[in-house]
Amino acid sequence: MQKVYTKIESIVGNVITVRAEGVRNQDLAEITTSQGTGYANVIKLDGDKVSLQVFKGGQGVSTGDSVRFLGVPMRVSFSDALLGRVFDGAGKPRDNGPELTDNMIDIGGPSVNPSKRITPKHMIRTGIPMIDVFNTLVESQKLPIFSVSGEPYNELLARIAMQADVDIIVLGGMGLKYDDYLFFRNSLEKSGASSRTIMFIHTASDPTVECTLVPDLSLAVAERFALQGKRVLVLLTDMTNFCDAEKEMAITMDQVPSNRGYPGDLYSTLASRYEKAVDFEGAGSVTILGVTTMPGDDVTHPVPDNTGYITEGQYYLRNGRIEPFGSLSRLKQNVNKDTRPDHRALMDAMIKLYSSYKDSLEKRSMGFMMSDWDEKLLKYGVLFENRLMDLSVNIPLEEALDEGWRILAECFEPNETGLRSDLIETYWPKER
Amino acid sequence: MSVSKGYVTGVNGNMVNVVFSGQVIKNEVGYIHVGDTRLKSEIIRITDGIASLQVYEMTRGIKVGDEVEFTGELLSVELGPGLLTQVFDGLQNPLPELAEKCGFFLERGVYVDPLPDKEWDFTPSRKSGDTVRAGDSFGSVPEGLFTHQIMVPFTLQGEWKIKTIVGQGMHRSHETICTIENGRGETKDLTMIITQPVKVAIGGYEERVLPDEPMVTRIRVIDTFLPVAKGGTYCTPGPFGAGKTVLQHLTSKNADVDIVIIAACGERAGEVVEILKEFPELTDPRTGKSLMERTIIICNTSSMPVAAREASVYTAVTMAEYYRNMGLDVLLLADSTSRWAQAMREMSGRLEEIPGDEAFPAYLESRIAGFYERAGKVKLRDGRYGSVTIGGTVSPAGGNFEEPVTQATLKVVGAFHGLSRERSDARKYPAIDSLDSWSKYSGIIEKEKVDTAYSFLRRSDEVDSMMKVVGEEGTSLEDYVIYQKGEFIDSVYLQQNSFDPVDSIVSVERQRLAFSVLYDILQSDFAFADKKEVRQFFNELRQRFLDWNSTADGDEKFEERKDAVVSFYTGRRK
Repeated sequence: MQKVYTKIESIVGNVITVRAEGVRNQDLAEITTSQGTGYANVIKLDGDKVSLQVFKGGQGVSTGDSVRFLGVPMRVSFSDALLGRVFDGAGKPRDNGPELTDNMIDIGGPSVNPSKRITPKHMIRTGIPMIDVFNTLVESQKLPIFSVSGEPYNELLARIAMQADVDIIVLGGMGLKYDDYLFFRNSLEKSGASSRTIMFIHTASDPTVECTLVPDLSLAVAERFALQGKRVLVLLTDMTNFCDAEKEMAITMDQVPSNRGYPGDLYSTLASRYEKAVDFEGAGSVTILGVTTMPGDDVTHPVPDNTGYITEGQYYLRNGRIEPFGSLSRLKQNVNKDTRPDHRALMDAMIKLYSSYKDSLEKRSMGFMMSDWDEKLLKYGVLFENRLMDLSVNIPLEEALDEGWRILAECFEPNETGLRSDLIETYWPKER
Repeated sequence: MSVSKGYVTGVNGNMVNVVFSGQVIKNEVGYIHVGDTRLKSEIIRITDGIASLQVYEMTRGIKVGDEVEFTGELLSVELGPGLLTQVFDGLQNPLPELAEKCGFFLERGVYVDPLPDKEWDFTPSRKSGDTVRAGDSFGSVPEGLFTHQIMVPFTLQGEWKIKTIVGQGMHRSHETICTIENGRGETKDLTMIITQPVKVAIGGYEERVLPDEPMVTRIRVIDTFLPVAKGGTYCTPGPFGAGKTVLQHLTSKNADVDIVIIAACGERAGEVVEILKEFPELTDPRTGKSLMERTIIICNTSSMPVAAREASVYTAVTMAEYYRNMGLDVLLLADSTSRWAQAMREMSGRLEEIPGDEAFPAYLESRIAGFYERAGKVKLRDGRYGSVTIGGTVSPAGGNFEEPVTQATLKVVGAFHGLSRERSDARKYPAIDSLDSWSKYSGIIEKEKVDTAYSFLRRSDEVDSMMKVVGEEGTSLEDYVIYQKGEFIDSVYLQQNSFDPVDSIVSVERQRLAFSVLYDILQSDFAFADKKEVRQFFNELRQRFLDWNSTADGDEKFEERKDAVVSFYTGRRK
């Protein structure tokens, strides 16, 4: 169907309406304006009135501009040629590479049959002790990083992209500051990780509609690679921007808002993206790590709240560290029993002691006397923060566990740690 | 009944408007033809010759002018032998069979027969010439652990006479085994399978009776303090991460009912996978068979189409009512009813209805009430009793119970088990906040005694909040003892150690015994010189009680550890 329509009846926000026949729901259209050619997709049909949302936004669209329906839904090219490339939210190249048009695949495809899912059982090593040791990331897991503006969440994601033990990284950026985009590109290039990375980047100055397409593009591509047997890690930043874009569009479409202006289907919208995380039996897997900034550091805000109901735990990034309290990987017990015999016990003991350290800190700030035990804890807390919690630490799990034992040995007597004797026998650093 | 046709005139999200010729019925099922696929949908509104359909699939690719074929039938489920052990989606498609057909993904427009045409050993209980009514059993087949009654369809009106009925032997489930005729000469061929509209409650029983027998969950705080009756309803609201789903999984394993139906409604797929992988491996302590033998799973997880999520809870409750009419006790666990309510909200928005609180439709409360009211204990015509118990989780936005779904649910349920973030953060399991929660049912222990224990909890809480202001020094010794007694109830009775095989599931007898000791402690006056002594006493007593809690009934140490508790506190009595 190549007929061109040149009578746009209404332009409201990013949504235009034309009269056309034979158009299918969610079909793609090409719209040619004085500023060039862009895409739009069909979001509503009412008789011969077709509503489309224009990816580039409604600004500058003339009622006389031409709309050509392409007869296909939104698609993205899929091949190994994607690796190392950077695209925008409409799937167009953002780097200087060629546009890819072969082997187009639909985005936002059907959900995986629950009976074909398997129990996740493979750990993803990231080289970050606060993840590997304390809240292990598991293949096919979906985890958000709850944070607030100003925290180094993008640095954390970049670090994970460089270090994570997976085959392919898909980075979806939504509402990124241009500087952040350049930061991602440069750090991945410098580390050599860009050859296994695909980026779909929507920057803050790009049109809103393209923001909402980024997760679907990223996940459609990730899913295909996973079906080919690849272990794919999808990094999404920042999902709050994605939700805000959804909110903006819902309001434009006169939808009744449910909670703080967000549309009533926010939960389903987020779930259909996050649930793309899967471990295919006999093939690869998709793991999702997304950043959710909490406006006002409020976890009951609709975006983090709905996210929390969907994901399998969360990481809290506060004061430049992954908080050991509150952070939770719900799947960690599937894998941390098979890593090293001391993993679970050491994890519990170190967290308990760290929590006592926090108590001592509080006591000290209130002016109480510090006992010997308090002094030990204070020493321990500082060492723990510097040698394991610091985001720049990059060591494999085993070394991190050894480091944990060393820290304990520097601060405590073995029987003060609450660890089992047989573990202490094996792992407590011997005096030199 | 004439079957109508129609054409699509508009698409908005998962709602499609259709102009039709002939007559259509509200809530009738229609299929939209998109290329070669047929998309199942249901009429939810008819205005000015336009039927609005909610589509149970993604609406991508539908265009104006696409043909719609109506079926003349309401959204229904098939009921018959073979339902148990199955895993269905919200529209009763068996998911493993779908996977065989389509592979990893749920392709749209693929529908599979829910019940395989299998041979069953049928034994008739009526003979030709007998008069039957809707819901009467005319024979039975063995299905796993149960005798599955084959019943006259519940939607038939009036009295019918059996014309022919097959003899005892193997028959296929789709084969006609009985022919009935009514006074007007209409005849009906009956198979083992009944088609029942999901939004019509199943009748066919003598009368509804008051739920009076406790449903034991083997969780102390529930059975003793916040009991649920067989045929009753309860809800479990809580913020994310408070352990709603874990609590439901445990209940589904341990509840003393015949059949458990799990409706995973709009929640994580991973949680369903856990059940799918775990249940076949677990044995049901009541029967010694695999837990799966008594389980049906309806699973419409969060990424599956929203409209089918709305249908899934009805699908589940209809199956529950069906087995209830065989004289069985059925437990339906719906996780989570908030997602179901949200599905209604999405549809209501598309219909441009005037929104109520937080954009939920005005009929939210009546729909929630209508759903929970399908629970109940009934007396059947043959004098036996059957029951449907409904337990629903609620996922309130921001963990705030003041929101519409929680409030509407609290109005209609018989017990409320509210989970609190503070308790779950403190790793107190189960995280049920016993002071906020309530139950209108009677449990396994005399009400007066439970009330006494409650009064200690309440006063202890008061002292606790007072102590936060005036400090321990400003609290009287008497108050401090009450505070410690309250804390003691919490740590030895309300909390359970979920990792301990003995303490994680506690039988009724054991609960009664432990409670009698606990009650005696609460009623005792102890001689203490100061608060330090109080603290030391209760610390030691707690340790001894917990040791006893984790000792199995048959263990040789059982009596010894019990005595260690009893002698310790009786020795300190005034």
